[in-house]
Amino acid sequence: MIEMKSVYKTYKRKDVTTEALKGIDLKVEEGDIFGVIGYSGAGKSTLVRLVNYLERPTDGEVIVDGQVLNHLSDSQLRAMKKQIGMIFQHFNLLESKTIFDNVAIPLVLAKKPKEEIKQRVMELLDFVGLREKAKSYPRELSGGQKQRVGIARALASNPKILLCDEATSALDPQTTQSILQLLKRVNQEYNITIMIITHEMSVIQEVCNRVAVMEAGEIIEEGSVLDVFGHPKHPTTKNFVKTVIHNSIPESVKRSLKKTGDSKVFRVEVKGEVASEPIVHQVMKAHDIEVNILFANMTEIQETTLVIMYLQIAGEASAIEKAVQFLKDKGAGVEEVVE
Amino acid sequence: MFETVITLEQFLQASIDTLYMVGMSLLIGSLVGIPLGIALVVTRPGGILENKIFYSILNPLINIVRSLPFIILMVAIIPFTRMIVGTSIGTNAAIVPLIIFISPFIARLVENSLLEVNPGIIEAAESMGATPFQIIWHFLLPEAFGSLILSITTATIGLIGATAMAGTVGGGGVGDLAIVYGYQRFDTFAMVTTVIILVIFVQIIQSTGNALARKARKE
Repeated sequence: MIEMKSVYKTYKRKDVTTEALKGIDLKVEEGDIFGVIGYSGAGKSTLVRLVNYLERPTDGEVIVDGQVLNHLSDSQLRAMKKQIGMIFQHFNLLESKTIFDNVAIPLVLAKKPKEEIKQRVMELLDFVGLREKAKSYPRELSGGQKQRVGIARALASNPKILLCDEATSALDPQTTQSILQLLKRVNQEYNITIMIITHEMSVIQEVCNRVAVMEAGEIIEEGSVLDVFGHPKHPTTKNFVKTVIHNSIPESVKRSLKKTGDSKVFRVEVKGEVASEPIVHQVMKAHDIEVNILFANMTEIQETTLVIMYLQIAGEASAIEKAVQFLKDKGAGVEEVVE
Repeated sequence: MFETVITLEQFLQASIDTLYMVGMSLLIGSLVGIPLGIALVVTRPGGILENKIFYSILNPLINIVRSLPFIILMVAIIPFTRMIVGTSIGTNAAIVPLIIFISPFIARLVENSLLEVNPGIIEAAESMGATPFQIIWHFLLPEAFGSLILSITTATIGLIGATAMAGTVGGGGVGDLAIVYGYQRFDTFAMVTTVIILVIFVQIIQSTGNALARKARKE
């Protein structure tokens, strides 16, 4: 649905050149909720603006719904933009217009007949749960309600893609939750591909199925949310994952850990169905070992359970080896932790 | 104490002349100034129709006209005024320099009003695939409407000051009375009365402007 091929974006101001994006390759499939996470200045806002060509790449190709944007004329680009809705951190609603008129704007621009506009706008306001606010003005609404209006407005022209630029960053955690649930519904009920820019890992965890981590204008890690959360590779990714999942042995446990010659510590990661099986019990029963759970954490991502445990396994070397193999056969990811 | 040679009719006529000059030059000045103000905003660097050449001609041109005090502008363009209306004396003759004076002023005020519009609104408009004209018509102007009303109010009050100066070349109006009778003939009553009339005009215009702007801003 969205594809970028070695995209560069450089800003030149007088003698200062800033490289905002340095060779981005990216693919977002139809139906994805694709998250892009990074600290401020990582280039994620520039990245999302390339998709609807609010920013033009200095080099490289941006392909949306099969069309190479670089080759389109201004009027073709405007037609393309109607296929892409966008919501913003600060909502960007027109203060001078009612909620109804705000949602109606894309339809007015497309010169739709009045009756059709009225029907569509009320349908959208119903969808976001703000029908009774049709005649209010944005200043009378809360932040969460304003973002709902933003979503309704973005959906008015029946887009295939919805871009969310820090759409929940100005909202409190509870309101963020309700907006994220709404985005999930947009994805499922309207089958709209969503691209979310955020600096909050919890947002990715809540709604995304794929994630790209950005740093200094590059994508440093990309994959399914389950994989990236389970196995973050880059230090920055690890830091982001740490904000939502505790996946390391607490210091106090580490200190009290008795290092004995015949015990080893393993990081065991279990996903999905396997997570509901009593594997710790099974491995102890089948092998002549002792298992000490140093740390365990269970997280739900994409309606799949992700369990991360640190197990201290004591016993004869061969027994430990067999136990590890048993866990691996069960589908767990096992790594020895060398302190 | 209040001996004066001015009649009530003269006061009435002068008030009507002032309103006529202000009204006409405001109308034509707005028709010229508002598009110029919009042009300044959209062609400036980073604007939706960025045009370096156009902007770098228009911007200093407006500054040049704006740097002339009205009384000098009025005298300087007398030949031009004569060419347009056939005379350099009278109410109609005064309107020509008034328009040239107020148009760039309105352009600057409109520019300021439009620049106050949240850039996020423009970005939202662009993300919807709006044409430059649609951005101006459906986003910029409605969002700046309250501020534009206040700008026009300021321009109107500026015009009242300028029409008083037009009195010095026989432009007519309240300012003419003040100068010919109040100043040159030491007619205190004429002076005080014209001051009161001008104050009342300004008060009415400012409070009307404020009320309309409040309404436009949905406060």
